[in-house]
Parts: sequence; structure tokens; C-alpha cells
Amino acid sequence: MKLLTTNFVQCAVKSCSSSSNCFPLHFTECELVHEDLEFDEDFIKNVMVKIDWPALLSVTRDIGNNSLPEEKPNIESCDEQVLRDLHLVLLETQIKDGKMICKNCDHLYHIKNTIPNFLLPPHLA
Amino acid sequence: MSRPEFIAPPEIYYNQEESHKYTNNTRVQQIQAEMTLRALELLNLPSSQYVLDIGCGSCLSGQVLTEEGHQWVGMDISAAMLGNALDLDVEGDLFLADMGAGVPFRPGSFDAAISISAIQWLCNADSAEANPKKRLKQFFETLYASLKRGGKAVCQFYPVGQDQIDLILHSAKVAGFGGGMVIDRPESKRHKKYYLVLTAGIDGDLNLANVEIENNVSKRKKRKGDESKRDFIKRKKDTMRKRGKDVASDSKFTGRRRKPKF
Ligand SMILES: [Zn+2]
Repeated sequence: MKLLTTNFVQCAVKSCSSSSNCFPLHFTECELVHEDLEFDEDFIKNVMVKIDWPALLSVTRDIGNNSLPEEKPNIESCDEQVLRDLHLVLLETQIKDGKMICKNCDHLYHIKNTIPNFLLPPHLA
Repeated sequence: MSRPEFIAPPEIYYNQEESHKYTNNTRVQQIQAEMTLRALELLNLPSSQYVLDIGCGSCLSGQVLTEEGHQWVGMDISAAMLGNALDLDVEGDLFLADMGAGVPFRPGSFDAAISISAIQWLCNADSAEANPKKRLKQFFETLYASLKRGGKAVCQFYPVGQDQIDLILHSAKVAGFGGGMVIDRPESKRHKKYYLVLTAGIDGDLNLANVEIENNVSKRKKRKGDESKRDFIKRKKDTMRKRGKDVASDSKFTGRRRKPKF
């Protein structure tokens, strides 16, 4: 799972959907891999509008990266290197294995071989 | 052709053997690619969008999304199918998830959604707990929330009959979507294809050149005057809840006139 996706996925437990604590999930025991992807400047510009920066900081800290700035970069005025760095963080960094925990209900989701398992037992769905 | 959804639930039917057969069948590959391109044509997206692929299977559709320059997240209930997608080294993210339990993404995540040959599975009742109506409701409500306002979704599917089309359309409408059915090659029994075309919120600029929309989902008429202040507040609160906002719970004081404060 790309780091980008951590900025959108939330707890799937039905009773959590109305809680503001179901996003972002808490990440732990994550093994990261790098995957080279062609730089897509347009996509970074498109998606940065939607990125919840504090949530991204929370997740990058969970996985032991403190290199991101406190303030969300201004996409209109930043130079290309910032866009390339964001591309590297959001799209080329993947969680290969790890765990995600809902801060509201403590439900644990496993990521195995880059694929998070969101199948829920019937009583939670 | 026997319909797979009559044989077993998807996570059972698409076991390793079936999903391998499916993924490597060139005719399946060709038809899936054609339908994905058609869905993208209907979506009429600008480049570099963030797209959800519902029931992505082994991501034959995802490969088309990548070729067309989009980033995507695919979800499927069959681990074997997703395993095949990993073998294909696809670029999108893969989620093992049941669409009938909902789309697990925060409000406004995606610019668009596609689904190729999947949502008819929502109408199955494979186990005692499975309730197709509930599953459709949960699916469309969470899909609606996960799309940005004005976001669009195109779902190609194989309906069993008009009743199923009506049920799916009704569920989408109740969840807030506008749109309807686009039917390609309606004269051909073999090649007829059904596309559910939906817009979330404001009307998106769908590419509907040369198509007729059947069963158009019209927006609910605005109710004015004939609802109480309390009902109005309740309706607004429900809408905000659907959009994933935190809303105060309803009580006997909801919508009541308060005493003036000094
Ligand atoms: Zn939760």
C-alpha cells in the first residue's frame, strides 16, 4: 500500500464511520519498500489539494519518518524538487507488511505483501 | 454461459484455479479492456485522476487505468484474484475488501470510480446474514461519500433482469446519486452491455454523446413548506452524516425553540 493511500483509508467498521477518530489509522510494525514510478507532476498537484497534511504527518511519524515539514507545501508556488519529493513519499513509498489500528475502536488490520485486509467479521460489517 | 454468481460467492468461486483461468483468458482480457475503455469514455476524466476500481479482480481494468495515466486503488473480495494482480505487477494499490460492507475511504477521496463486471454480485444472498438490499445501501452510501463532490462513477455489470436493474438504480438514487443506465448494443443479445452511470452531488460533465439514458434517476423534488422545522433539521443532519461529518445526535430538544438567554 502506497503512503498516499494511508491519507484516504479509514476504519471500515460501520459504527466508526461517523467518528472523526476513524481516520487516520495508526500504523505500526511497518516494513517499507521503494518502487520506482515515473514522475507524475499533474497527479501530485491534483491530489495535494485533497491531502490531509496533519494526517500524513501522523502516519509518517508512525513509520519513523520525521522529514516532512510541519506546514503543507504550497503547490502553486513551490519548486519542482518539492513536487518530486512529494511524489517519492506519496507514490513510490509502499508499506509491504505491517499493521493498522483504528484509533476509535482498536480494530487491527493487517497488511501482507502490500495488500491490506479489510474483510470484517459479519458482526462488524 | 453459466453465471458464476449462481454457483458460489466470489471469494469461493474465484479460487486460484478459476482466477488464473480468468486472468489468462485472452478473450476475457480483451472484453474487460474494451469495457474499461468504454467506462472511461463515459467518465470523461481529465488526466492524472485518483480512481477507485470496485471489484478489480486481477486488475485487467487497472492496467487500462494506468495506461490512461490515472492513479488507482482496486478492491476485491477474492484473495486469489488479487494474487494474480500482484503477479501482473500492477501499479495501483490493492485492497482485500467486500464492497457490500462498504468503501473504506474518507469523504471526498476519489475523483471517480469504475467497476467492471462486479456489482451484480451485490444482489447475491450467499449466506444467512447476507441481505442484498442492505449491502447495496451500504455500498452506494459509502461510495457516494468517498467520491469528491461532482465525482462520477461508471459500473458495467451483468444484470439478471429488469428487477435487478431497478433495485440497483433505486439504491443508488436513495444514496444521493444522479444518473441512469446506458445500454450499448441493445439490439444484440450477446453483445448488449449495461453501464450504470452516476454523478455524486452536482452534475458532472459526463460524455453522453450518442447515448440514451434509460431509467433516468431524477433528483428528488425539493420539499418546501410541508415539512416541520424539526424534520428539516433531521434531514440536513442525515445529509451531513452521509458526507461523513460529525453531527450532534438527535434528541427531544432537536429543533425546539430555546428560551432566550440573558
Ligand atoms: Zn474503527
